[in-house]
Amino acid sequence: MAITARQRSGWTVANIIVALYVLIPVVWILSLSLKDPSTFTDGHYFPRKFTFENYVNIFKVGGFGRPLINSIGIGLISTLIAIVIGTFAAYAIARLEFPGKRLMLGGSLLIAMFPQVSLVTPLFQIERSLGLFNTWIGLIIPYITFTLPLTIYTLSAFLREIPWELEKAAKMDGATPFQAFRQVIAPLAMPGVVTTAILAFILCWNDFLFAISLTSSNSARTAPAAIAFFTGASQFEDPTGSISAAAIVITIPIIIFVLIFQRRIVSGLTSGAVKG
Amino acid sequence: MAEIVLDKVTKKFADGTVAVDSFNLDIADQEFVILVGPSGCGKSTTLNMIAGLEDISDGELRIDGKRVNEVAPRDRDIAMVFQSYALYPHMTVRENIGFPLKLAKVDKATMKQKVDEAAQILDLTPYLDRKPGALSGGQRQRVAMGRAIVRSPKAFLMDEPLSNLDAKLRVQMRTSISRIQKRLGTTTVYVTHDQTEAMTLGDRIVIMRAGLIQQVGSPQELYERPVNLFVAGFIGSPSMNFVPGTIAENAVDTVLGKIPLTERIRRSLEGHKDVPRDVIIGIRPEAFEDASLVDGGRGEGVTFTSQVDIVESMGSEKFAYFSLENAHVDSEHLAEIERDTGSEEIGAAQLVTELDARSPVREGRALEVWFDPDSIHVFEPHSGVNLTAGK
Repeated sequence: MAITARQRSGWTVANIIVALYVLIPVVWILSLSLKDPSTFTDGHYFPRKFTFENYVNIFKVGGFGRPLINSIGIGLISTLIAIVIGTFAAYAIARLEFPGKRLMLGGSLLIAMFPQVSLVTPLFQIERSLGLFNTWIGLIIPYITFTLPLTIYTLSAFLREIPWELEKAAKMDGATPFQAFRQVIAPLAMPGVVTTAILAFILCWNDFLFAISLTSSNSARTAPAAIAFFTGASQFEDPTGSISAAAIVITIPIIIFVLIFQRRIVSGLTSGAVKG
Repeated sequence: MAEIVLDKVTKKFADGTVAVDSFNLDIADQEFVILVGPSGCGKSTTLNMIAGLEDISDGELRIDGKRVNEVAPRDRDIAMVFQSYALYPHMTVRENIGFPLKLAKVDKATMKQKVDEAAQILDLTPYLDRKPGALSGGQRQRVAMGRAIVRSPKAFLMDEPLSNLDAKLRVQMRTSISRIQKRLGTTTVYVTHDQTEAMTLGDRIVIMRAGLIQQVGSPQELYERPVNLFVAGFIGSPSMNFVPGTIAENAVDTVLGKIPLTERIRRSLEGHKDVPRDVIIGIRPEAFEDASLVDGGRGEGVTFTSQVDIVESMGSEKFAYFSLENAHVDSEHLAEIERDTGSEEIGAAQLVTELDARSPVREGRALEVWFDPDSIHVFEPHSGVNLTAGK
């Protein structure tokens, strides 16, 4: 079916509307972060007086560097561990028949659906008595717990797409089970692993609830929680500029992360493996 | 090069179903053996047990005299070609073919030489740097073959390797598989559900049904002396005609007329105890001829005249189809073949005859066909045993 010029222009208009809808708030917050504190309420969408003072302030005065490092560190470690455990679990679920398989899938789904708010208080008590409160590990453990269902689900869907016969073929060709996994299955599962890793990382990166409840100082506080503790230069001043600047800053690592890995997300990699 | 012995090999699944029941077969070195049967007969399971991809529940599998039941697939030194080809999509053709050698830690120079050699045998040299995704079905099939032959294994196992190809390519590849097997002299076990493939490729054919071996023999043997209704109906294209018959003094009464029992048939019937009066008569389409084209010896033959329904001209011969009244054969043995092929022709009240191309047969006209009464098979209707198969 050929796309007519009319259809094409229709789609273009629709795309522009969606893009504007999504981008206007982003541009707005970018503009706020670049405005001079005295001109916040001047009512202009674009700043008249550009300044980077807000960005300098959040690092110099607000001490935003440490939370940013916490965020990156905790996010990466949680993602890595969740992906490793999740890949193994998903592989077992996709390939093996074992008792309790449905229970395991059901259980992980249950964890994903459980309201996190109801867990915060018990977690707070548990972590305090175990001495995990306000530490990296204290955040990494719950993050792994809540990203695992996601990784197991998406990865097992990806792995199920890989024809099982490839593994049998590898076995016949003389591969040990690990060689078959490492040289045949893993390369084919890579796009799935990368996609899942990005999702898991974003999930950890964006978390606010655990970050604010299970930390008390900058030693483990992540960026989203740290933003909540921003104060203005004086008690009469709103920290709008700092918040906007910090919001822009925490968007940047996600963009970098996605840009690096999107090359690895190649769809249709399994084409040609088996017929039909 | 190896000899493979299956000694009462049995596969029982966890849910209790027996997929393969006490399978006995000695496969000689360099032999090309075909396992054939309708879907679900256990032929692929048998192959997977030889490969080591399925555990053997009971019995013993010996390769070159050594028990290999517990040996992992990678240590059995057997190569397998899968129905889906199972090529590694992220590797080039060269890497695909060389994969078994890479795992065996063969040095680079030898690997290159062996891959080039295999590629040459299979006409794959121009495609060595492509990925499987950029190849046609026939080329992919050849890459799968290449991966099997490159390391000169003890045996090849092939699981319906041609069923994904179109008809013309299938015939072509059939010949080249046969040629490669002869050239390399590697013991081969080949699974198919296509009886034509089985007949043309194999040194020996094993016909299976519901986990049991029905008959083992050369293509000619199975064609000429099928041991039961199932084998008779399965082998041959078009299938053998079956009509009910009643044995009377020295003849069988059928819708085709009274067929006299020849000396050979009478003697083989005498060899069986309790031959029932009601039997099933089987006659191959090839046994018929247009009566007007038979000159000598016509007196000994039986003729049958009826209106021709359909004529199919193949150029070299003609197939004439007749409808028969009250001649439906209701047999569980044939019903299974029908279910598998989806056809309703076998056992249906119709007669297929293969006539000489010179026959002036026309649709809608009456035709007299002739057949030799010695060419009939007499089956016991319940057990399906061929009473005339001889020893």
